[in-house]
Amino acid sequence: MNVCTDQLAMLLADEGQLLSVSSLAYDKRTSAMVEEAQGYIPNTGRAEEVFLLKPDLVIAGTYTARAAVTMLERLNIKVVTIAPASSLKEVRARILDVGAALGQTERAEALAAEFDAGLAALQPDPNARKPRAALYGANGYTVGSQTLSGEMLTAAGFINIATEMGLTHGGTLPLELLALAAPEVVITSQPYPGASRSEAVPRHPVVARMQAQAVSSKMNDGDWLCGTPFVLRAIKNLARHRERLDK
Amino acid sequence: MTRLMAFLAALTAALFLASLAIGPAAATLSQSLTALIWGDGTPLTLIMREIRLPRALLAVAIGASLGLAGAAMQGYLRNPLAEPGLIGVSSSAALGAVLSLQTGFAATFAMALPLSALSAALVGVLLVLTLAGSRGASMTLILAGIAISAMAGALTSLALNLSPNPYAAHEVVFWMMGSLADRSMLHVTLAVPIMALGWLMLASLGRGLDALTLGEDAAASMGINLKRLRLMLVLGTSCVVGAATAVAGAIGFVGLVVPHMLRPFVGGRPSRLLWASAVGGAAMVLAADIAVRLILPERDLKLGVVMALIGAPLFLHLIYKTRKELA
Repeated sequence: MNVCTDQLAMLLADEGQLLSVSSLAYDKRTSAMVEEAQGYIPNTGRAEEVFLLKPDLVIAGTYTARAAVTMLERLNIKVVTIAPASSLKEVRARILDVGAALGQTERAEALAAEFDAGLAALQPDPNARKPRAALYGANGYTVGSQTLSGEMLTAAGFINIATEMGLTHGGTLPLELLALAAPEVVITSQPYPGASRSEAVPRHPVVARMQAQAVSSKMNDGDWLCGTPFVLRAIKNLARHRERLDK
Repeated sequence: MTRLMAFLAALTAALFLASLAIGPAAATLSQSLTALIWGDGTPLTLIMREIRLPRALLAVAIGASLGLAGAAMQGYLRNPLAEPGLIGVSSSAALGAVLSLQTGFAATFAMALPLSALSAALVGVLLVLTLAGSRGASMTLILAGIAISAMAGALTSLALNLSPNPYAAHEVVFWMMGSLADRSMLHVTLAVPIMALGWLMLASLGRGLDALTLGEDAAASMGINLKRLRLMLVLGTSCVVGAATAVAGAIGFVGLVVPHMLRPFVGGRPSRLLWASAVGGAAMVLAADIAVRLILPERDLKLGVVMALIGAPLFLHLIYKTRKELA
């Protein structure tokens, strides 16, 4: 019932073991496994529709539709809630958690080991220059280094300017302060369809001007959002951006 | 009159400078101005030219627009309660802007956004004038305003909730309360040409509005073309309110507070009040926009909140004064 646990479940479940995934798993902006999701029944996280699927087990995120989840528990359906990963270390733990819930411990351990190896292989050259970068999202929200996205940025060999501002987890960074900090790279998110003022902030001419001077990158496609092995792909892309900066 | 204008102009200029000097990036006024004018290529130049200058310019233009629209409507309807925000013109304009943004029409050509807001504002003005009649009795005027505001507000919320964009639904407050945060030069170039057109139309009303204080028949006998007067008022108000709302959301009470405060100083002459309200409105919005940045610099406190806190008590006072007419 949660786009992040959905993807881990799709990676780990036996054929026929997984019945339905959330509708967000079909959206390229939130999920890295749109094609894989085609074989499952989409649900929108309402208690009624999930109940009618008669599942033996529901895997939900800690913050997924709380009312629907408690309702399903009252209807005697086993629900496992899994907290979102907030660091690269926790990605590994979540893989094992979902594996345990699905009774696929072996497969989960193999995937976790693969993830560890992949992460180790991505270690940036310790002698490489570390450019200063900012993750800048809707409403001017910037992400600190003690978060999954922040750790991804560090793993790709960047210095997060949020740390200079004393933001460990993240917070709103006014455009003026972003311009004053003058990071080399501003990584913004892919806008949703329709329009919104919140998303106009990272598309302000100031940000555009700063991005024009450097290689820019977009975040928040499916690879970024969830603690799944796909974060490795996002780190790899980021690291490639960093290398191009110095060429 | 000239002393009043000199005072208002000096006040506006001072507030304009203050607006340029205040922001989260710490810099002295002289540093800021040097960076703004000579452009030394530092981040401060970028901040001054792309963030603070457009914000201050929009505050002036929007304040002048709303002050002018308020004074013109009050002169025409001979009712101190007439104001674009209260009678639903601003919320109609916001609906037009939201619809054009969410349907993608705003992206089709540069002026699509302000023109959509203008058209919707036009519908709002015409509805109010039709419902309230040209005499503008307080009761019908306010009731019509409430009805149009409620309807436009509900449709705006609906359009934002139906949007595929998850952020849009949280922006109802922006459209209803207005804010100048994070606007850019792009918004200045979008709004100012249409506002300027509206300013010309509204400024031409002075003589007609003066004559109208003697009554419609007297004005007609003085050679005032009432139909043309009404047309210019409707078009001018739609232009200024539409363009202002398209870039900054619906900011209420400016057109109510400013003419009310300045009326005693211009001897009740609507033509003088037009000019005074335009400059006074600019000062008012600049001051309110400085206030939102000083009170809660971290959050995007809405401009409309400050304006309503100033304007609503005055509105109650005006209703109290006109209650004999209402009863």
